[in-house]
Amino acid sequence: MFDQLSGRLRGVLDALQGRGRLTEENIGDTLRQVRMALLEADVALPVVKTFIDGVRARVVGQEIEKSLTPGQALVRTIHEELVALMGEGSRSINLRAQPPVVILLAGLQGAGKTTTAGKLAKWLKEKERKKVLLASTDVYRPAAILQLERLAGQIEVGFYPSDPSKSPVTLAHEALDEARRSLYDVLIVDTAGRLHVDSDMMQEVRDISAAVNPLETLFIVDSMAGQDAVNAARAFGEALTLTGVILTKADGDARGGAALSVRQVTGKPILFIGTGEKSAALEVFQAERVAGRILGMGDVLSLVEDVTRQVDREQAERLAAKLKKGKDFDLNDLHDQLGQVEKMGGLAALVDKLPTKLLGKAGTVPKPDDKEIKRQLAIIRSMTPQERRHPKVIDGSRRRRIALGSGLQVADVNRLLKNFLQMQKMMKSMTKGGGMARMMRAMAGKLPPGLGG
Amino acid sequence: MFGLKSKKDPENSGDGAQPGFFNRLRQKLKQSTSWLTHDLANLLPGGKINAAVLEELETRLITADVGVETTERILSGLRKQVERRELGDLDALLRALRSSLLDILKPCARPLNVRAGPRPFAILVVGVNGAGKTTTIGKLAHRFKAEGLKIMLAAGDTFRAAAVEQLAVWGERNQVPVIMQAAGTDPAAVIFDGMQSSRARDMDVLLADTAGRLHTQLNLMEELKKVKRVMGRVDPSAPHEVLLVLDAGQGQNALQQAKLFNEALGVSGIVLTKLDGTAKGGIVLAIADRLRLPIRFVGIGEGAEDFAVFDAEAFIDDLLATGKQAA
Ligand SMILES: Nc1nc2c(ncn2[C@@H]2O[C@H](COP(=O)(O)OP(=O)(O)O)[C@@H](O)[C@H]2O)c(=O)[nH]1
Ligand SMILES: Nc1nc2c(ncn2[C@@H]2O[C@H](COP(=O)(O)OP(=O)(O)O)[C@@H](O)[C@H]2O)c(=O)[nH]1
Ligand SMILES: [Mg+2]
Ligand SMILES: [Mg+2]
Repeated sequence: MFDQLSGRLRGVLDALQGRGRLTEENIGDTLRQVRMALLEADVALPVVKTFIDGVRARVVGQEIEKSLTPGQALVRTIHEELVALMGEGSRSINLRAQPPVVILLAGLQGAGKTTTAGKLAKWLKEKERKKVLLASTDVYRPAAILQLERLAGQIEVGFYPSDPSKSPVTLAHEALDEARRSLYDVLIVDTAGRLHVDSDMMQEVRDISAAVNPLETLFIVDSMAGQDAVNAARAFGEALTLTGVILTKADGDARGGAALSVRQVTGKPILFIGTGEKSAALEVFQAERVAGRILGMGDVLSLVEDVTRQVDREQAERLAAKLKKGKDFDLNDLHDQLGQVEKMGGLAALVDKLPTKLLGKAGTVPKPDDKEIKRQLAIIRSMTPQERRHPKVIDGSRRRRIALGSGLQVADVNRLLKNFLQMQKMMKSMTKGGGMARMMRAMAGKLPPGLGG
Repeated sequence: MFGLKSKKDPENSGDGAQPGFFNRLRQKLKQSTSWLTHDLANLLPGGKINAAVLEELETRLITADVGVETTERILSGLRKQVERRELGDLDALLRALRSSLLDILKPCARPLNVRAGPRPFAILVVGVNGAGKTTTIGKLAHRFKAEGLKIMLAAGDTFRAAAVEQLAVWGERNQVPVIMQAAGTDPAAVIFDGMQSSRARDMDVLLADTAGRLHTQLNLMEELKKVKRVMGRVDPSAPHEVLLVLDAGQGQNALQQAKLFNEALGVSGIVLTKLDGTAKGGIVLAIADRLRLPIRFVGIGEGAEDFAVFDAEAFIDDLLATGKQAA
């Protein structure tokens, strides 16, 4: 499935090569393919239409940066637009009110409400040092109250023992009384799953909400949800004053287009994503990650690479030939490599574009510093050709001059030179060890070694 | 300890007084039979087939989660027929669409016949988290019991909090025995126990529940393979049915689910749950089209009776109807 977007786009992007401006005609095919890709990612059709129209309006007539092909320019714009949409108004959970602060969870059957109630309780207990009470109003699903009780026991937070013979609204009242009485900071109210077309049940959740007056009312949605997610989200949004969304089961391989749909129709930010069944598997929502995944950005990256490969390959081959002749990797070469990374939108952009499979890993990679790349480039550009070829000649006074020329500190120059010497050593051992092929691949504008490719 | 409330009014939920799933289905059907003549006709001022009508059909298939690929294939067939001028009017177009959908689904509408298999007939129920596996087991037990079969349940979800107790409630409701062990026990051990007990106690059907798992979790898929092997140790022909439960609200990922569960275990039947909402479950068309897996039942609610044998024609009519909520 992931192959499809790049497959689809590759053909049409070739046709875009070498034109200076994006027009209605030359982007038409690409946008049609992006539309398909979004539908395949389960973004709801009306949302896809709005999104594509927005992109079209933004790019038509746009001058293309010299360093980019039209295809790259378009893909970049689409990605940016998606990130902006998904990330709009993003914020962390709101606890700024007189305790007990009430959080109400609602959604369809099996979405992950009860599990998420446990995760949130753990989060608030550990990260915010809050005293949390969990309460269930699910008197319908067999053993639903017990499920929450077990979770509360595992994470060691308070649990209100709801009596299933009472009405959900009564239980909500009672839980709030208990939260007040026992001086809890936060009360999390779990509700039964319900279909948005079940008017009695929608009225019930409205009554529960009125009983506890929640500060946060969160819509819980499964990342594997299909086109209908948009209808459910709209109905829940109309029945309740939603304040946010939590996207569950994001640990699978679903593209998660429902996230965009729900974001769009509720107008509320996605606060967290659920990434597993355990109570610790809750992460703060990051728009870039989810947007990249919806687009199958790992793929888009390889596509952008294809377009740029021509240039990069020449450079990489020049370098390989040089090293083969026994010559040293010098500062000119480092400059070329850094330049390439910068051209691809910087390291951060590279990490964002990692394939979905690597997303988990990428999340733990420290955010690379693009300013650092710019700094390093500035330092090398302040050197003379001789210095770049023979870094050994760079003594103390030259370092001071280079620092001055690049507007940086001598310490920055020292750091660059130290890194460079390490890299040179690594290059040497790779050339000797027969790692040429690996290095070529690493150099051909692909990801830094170890990150994939 | 366990809440046994129904979301419907008491009059409607009591045994016998229930409108019954056939009525509900029929009601659904009645609402939607007019989809042909009603709204599409507006798109056809002169009764001629134009691009707008085809696009409307495409929209309906896409918003029903049929998926781009299967939708395109269905439509390209129709377009060819339109080009060849074989479809003179709206009726002809709709008949052609309906028959191409039926061509895909009809071969998959194969009911499960537990009486035809060996005894005890062992059914292993699998699927992703929250799909409706445990509820489906409760519904199956209800149905089989009403047919006079002796049923036993095995609580193979030893992972999720209170999953065993949830199944136990369904056992109580249906008054059928449930084999269970402490949470955290190896599911293969519980189900092995269920296999042996059902044999010793001369049961007709064993329904084995399992914990939900995403198809991408390789270790958990291995765990299921082991369950399957262990069942085979008691009866080499078991499990006699590997039932994959799919939530109709799921999108294109359900195809991936079906593929990977099938690769790992050899799925022999599908249950499509939660069709009582506005989700259409169109992804089963793509699944039927590519994997040709039998579709056994549909779930249309949370009660024991909210369950029906899959009916391809009723499903297609519902799929193509524009929902009240559709944007
Ligand atoms: N893999 C995975 N499973 C989850 C996640 N969140 C919930 N689940 C599982 O989804 C199923 C349904 O969750 P539950 O909390 O009972 O849903 P509810 O009906 O909305 O209360 C359970 O099997 C949970 O373990 C998640 O982020 N990842
Ligand atoms: N509306 C509706 N809800 C269902 C249906 N089948 C299951 N559910 C609900 O979906 C949720 C998850 O079901 P469960 O059987 O626990 O899923 P499991 O995790 O796969 O075992 C529960 O709230 C069920 O009541 C159905 O056909 N329609
Ligand atoms: Mg729940
Ligand atoms: Mg279950």
